[in-house]
Amino acid sequence: MIKVENLVKNFGTKRAVAGVSFSVERGEVLGFLGPNGAGKSTTMRMITGFIPPTSGRVTVGGFDMVENPIPAKRLIGYLPENAPSYTDMTVYGFLSFAAELRGLRGEAKNRAVRRAVEMCFLEPVLHQSVDTLSKGYRHRTCFAQSIIHDPDILILDEPTDGLDPNQKHEVRNLIRRMGEKKAIIFSTHILEEVEAVCTRAIIIDRGQIVANGTPQELKQRSDTAGAVSVRVLGVAPEVIKSRLAELPAARKATVVKAEDGFVWARVYPQTSSRNSELARGVAEVVARESWKIEELHTEEGRLDEVFRSITWSETAQAAASGREQAK
Amino acid sequence: MNDSIRHIFTIAKRELTGYFASPVAYVFIVIWLLLNGFFTFMLGGFFEIGEASLARPFFSWHPWLYLFLVPAAGMRLWSEERRLGTMELLLTMPVTAWQAIVGKFLASWLFLTIALTLTFPVVITVSVLGDADAGQVLAGYVGSALLAGGYLAVTSMTSAMTRNQVISFILSVVICFFLLLAGFEPVTTLLVQVVPASVVDLITSFSAYAHFLAFQKGLIDSRDVIYFGSLIGFALFCNGVIIRSLRAG
Repeated sequence: MIKVENLVKNFGTKRAVAGVSFSVERGEVLGFLGPNGAGKSTTMRMITGFIPPTSGRVTVGGFDMVENPIPAKRLIGYLPENAPSYTDMTVYGFLSFAAELRGLRGEAKNRAVRRAVEMCFLEPVLHQSVDTLSKGYRHRTCFAQSIIHDPDILILDEPTDGLDPNQKHEVRNLIRRMGEKKAIIFSTHILEEVEAVCTRAIIIDRGQIVANGTPQELKQRSDTAGAVSVRVLGVAPEVIKSRLAELPAARKATVVKAEDGFVWARVYPQTSSRNSELARGVAEVVARESWKIEELHTEEGRLDEVFRSITWSETAQAAASGREQAK
Repeated sequence: MNDSIRHIFTIAKRELTGYFASPVAYVFIVIWLLLNGFFTFMLGGFFEIGEASLARPFFSWHPWLYLFLVPAAGMRLWSEERRLGTMELLLTMPVTAWQAIVGKFLASWLFLTIALTLTFPVVITVSVLGDADAGQVLAGYVGSALLAGGYLAVTSMTSAMTRNQVISFILSVVICFFLLLAGFEPVTTLLVQVVPASVVDLITSFSAYAHFLAFQKGLIDSRDVIYFGSLIGFALFCNGVIIRSLRAG
């Protein structure tokens, strides 16, 4: 549905997006991750046709976004960053305006507005002016606008930003449900969201894709992926560490924390893939030494660790976020 | 084509309801009517002249009133879209930039025309008191509406330049002031002393004032209509170029 090829965007001499390629099919929910100013919003703006790329191509449902923008835009529902809306309109007025621009008239329009209002829980504020609404409602009003024509493609720039935990949960469920029949790209800073919603995630840093895979695959790249954690009561930390490090399947062992008589230790496997041999080995050591254990589990790896290890450029980050603000 | 007209209509409708949803429209209309009354009857000496004509006491003030009121009415057209971020929303809808520009412009122009139409009591007054030339009055109104449209197109262009409404207002007043002065008699008599008459004629032909005056003689001359048409067209074209360059970064 969406095909992005070698997308480049320069702002003056600064290169905001430097050769990004990927594609998204129906039934996929693609999570877009990256530090502030990495080029996420710029990429999304090019996909939705708001800004033209310096070079490269965006094809949406077979239509080239630069050469044939109108049919391409018809397929897309877009929630821009910060969820803008006309503050002098009522929620109902705003949604019918969006519906009319999407070519919906009469009964079809009323049905579309009702459906979007229901999905985004806007009933209580339907006839209120947008500038009297709380941030959460404003956000959902703009979200409702993006799904009003039941588009095949949804591009959502930080859809859960500024929502309370319950609303976040609702929006995530909504995205997951709609993701079964649509192609969705959404950007976020919240890594748990990616695990909860995405079928695939892309990490972008300084305008380039640095990782692309399912959340599971990405987690595997984490240092702790496949490591075995064990919590032991009443044994000296050094003893635990040395016994565990002796295991043939282990690369190294560390003590994460030791307090109140508990020791929390972690053993890393030889290869980073998950290793049941290691867990069995640890269990055997525990049995042989008759340690009293509280907990023993194999770690899946953590997305935030992967994220931190591959997006490190803090100075570039500061410069880029300054640039985004100046825009 | 059908689609374009629908989009323009939808955008215009939103813009026009936007005016009347806030007190801006009412404040604007009241001030416009008060100023018109004051200038026509107090400064214009409507009663003292003793002529059944609106050209001098009424219409001759419009270029100066519009100079401030049109930029005030139009300064938010695009700067507000930029400030709120709704420009991104609007231009990622299946509409083209020119549909949005034309739709917004037409809504604003219609609003100004409504305000202009509300001055009708002065027409009633002049017809009751004397034998006014209906054609001349009509030509005067057409000229006034076209002048407002010309100023408005300039304002629409300047409002796309910045997200700050005040800057857009000032820029627009300055440009409109030049359009006005280029044909204003005290200025042209001054110019004649410095540059050849042919150059002065050229400058005058670009002036909104000279073309506006032609309407007040009761003539709807195609040249004057074309002048305002091309002023509007050119300013809106520049408006489009500015928006395109904003998006290109």
